[in-house]
Amino acid sequence: MFIAFGVFFVAWSFARYNMGSAVRMGPGYFPALLGALLVVLGLIVLAKSLAVDGPRVDAFHYKPLLLVSGSVVAYGYLMKPGGLIVATIAAVIVGALGGEEFRWKEGVILTIVLVLFSWLVFVRGLTLPFPMCPEFVENCPIR
Amino acid sequence: MELLEHLWLGAQVAFSWQNVLYCLIGALLGTLIGVLPGIGPVPTIAMLLPITFKLDPTAALIMLAGIYYGAQYGGSTTAILVNLPGEASSVVTVLDGYQMARQGRAGPALAIAAIGSFVAGCIATLIIATAAPPLAEVALKFGPAEYFSLMVLGLVAATVLAHGSLVKAIAMVVLGLLLGLVGTDVNSGVLRFTFDIPELADGIGFAIVAMGMFGVTEIITNLEQRATREVSVAKVTHLFPTLEDLKRSWAPILRGTAIGSFLGILPGGGALLSSFASYTVEKKISKHPEQFGKGAIEGVAGPESANNAGAQTSFIPMLTLGIPGNAVMALMIGALMIQGIAPGPQVMNEKPALFWGLIASMWLGNAMLIVLNLPLIGIWIKLLQVPYRYLFPSILIFMNVGVFSLSNNPWDCLIMSVFGVLGYFCVKLECEPAPMILGFILGPLMEENLRRAMLLSRGDATVFFNPMEKPISFGFLLAAVALLAIIALPNIRKRREEVFVEE
Repeated sequence: MFIAFGVFFVAWSFARYNMGSAVRMGPGYFPALLGALLVVLGLIVLAKSLAVDGPRVDAFHYKPLLLVSGSVVAYGYLMKPGGLIVATIAAVIVGALGGEEFRWKEGVILTIVLVLFSWLVFVRGLTLPFPMCPEFVENCPIR
Repeated sequence: MELLEHLWLGAQVAFSWQNVLYCLIGALLGTLIGVLPGIGPVPTIAMLLPITFKLDPTAALIMLAGIYYGAQYGGSTTAILVNLPGEASSVVTVLDGYQMARQGRAGPALAIAAIGSFVAGCIATLIIATAAPPLAEVALKFGPAEYFSLMVLGLVAATVLAHGSLVKAIAMVVLGLLLGLVGTDVNSGVLRFTFDIPELADGIGFAIVAMGMFGVTEIITNLEQRATREVSVAKVTHLFPTLEDLKRSWAPILRGTAIGSFLGILPGGGALLSSFASYTVEKKISKHPEQFGKGAIEGVAGPESANNAGAQTSFIPMLTLGIPGNAVMALMIGALMIQGIAPGPQVMNEKPALFWGLIASMWLGNAMLIVLNLPLIGIWIKLLQVPYRYLFPSILIFMNVGVFSLSNNPWDCLIMSVFGVLGYFCVKLECEPAPMILGFILGPLMEENLRRAMLLSRGDATVFFNPMEKPISFGFLLAAVALLAIIALPNIRKRREEVFVEE
């Protein structure tokens, strides 16, 4: 992983940016230096992991990973077209599915509580400029 | 008395009713989140960061400081009652604190932890007030070369004191430095590593990275360990420690304070190292070391005072040099930058109200912890029993709201989830995310100082380690190399691993 990042930064710096000299460093100088350092460190980590039989890396749990991060993305991208209510419902349900024990009844109650809370505290209380209704609803009744 | 004058100024700022209120809210929220098992101060602050954006800088910083103390103390509460350290620095509190709780002495353990933290906080606040101004004076004389070397030292120290593999920690720092460089180059205006995505032109938002790496990652990792969630909470009956308890505790509290105050100033030190050191010391000099691990009150009093003192004095390098000693301070600096304040020695002169207000609020925050926590302990216990399946979607929504409100741009949510995933992989590969955050904050600063130093020396790289011309810079680098060398020695390396494994 580190190697990939390092190689990427070195290559990118050389390709795109003016290196400049040590005296007047161009924008590519410092990242290229660091990228090279990262490659070296990555190689050390790799060599070590090959040389020593360490404990296996923990199994990855993809379900919570995907659903939790998906929930965040869903919230962001549903806010503009769908409004706060839709976004919150989607994020809570998707996120909650990531947990082991999900029950629909609890999920629904939790969603309602969180929608109300977001509305009262963030929209009314802190006056954040979030849309409440989906975009196709003109003159949203909830403010 | 200049000191008193300053403190008076600070007190006036801190004790205005708004700031008292913010500090109170901060401490309350911090405890609220910090008390949840498995969530330490760093994720707590990261999650609550967005709330402070709308406040003015002084209030924001005071509130954040309140959150920090609250989270720290909340962690101790969890440690004592549930045998689950909320964070690394309360790992030692678990040892004796939980034993006390099992013997029905949870109340005194909590009270001693609060009293110890309060005493330590008061003393550490005074230390900050006296030590910060002269240090800032010195720091003002630093040129770019000194700054660069100091940052190198800071980063090296932070990695040395992180647990886990040293190489990985350094690699994480470098990765953080690189990610910090994304965005517009200050000197030339060239866009770097932005892939023509307009959102990246201003760089990656610090709060977003922090929330992703700590908040989102935290939730994901907690979800897979759900088995350990089922907790039995010890009962709290009487709160007040006996006279005997107090008699046994006052010396450990003072020693812990001294240890913590000293270690907190060192880069990479702070709360974690302080509590470990204090526990070891108490066990060594105790007349009855066999009681340690079986509910000795000294084992709670010492480390709790030490970690609070360390937490406070770690503000010193942050406030005077603008260099974060640990991840929490990195978050604080990030918050300052978001407020449009460049951290560094000039803050004290340019914004005395902010500087001294923050210091006075430290004392206030500690006083509030006592006021809040002891009477409200029942509520925290209730909170510990809320199932995680209700908690985590709520936390998720709050983080979403926070990130989205930054610029009303879904892009920010995307980036947060990307860093959440990255953080998860890092945890799995046993790479600490904390050094990365330090690097992320320092990346642009380091580059700028490096460039300036090289410009001044006309490309002569020896400026950094020429003992004749730049003795200070040389000293910093020497210390950094020495630290690395020491840690590479097999003997000490083993000790270091022992210290972090000991439990």
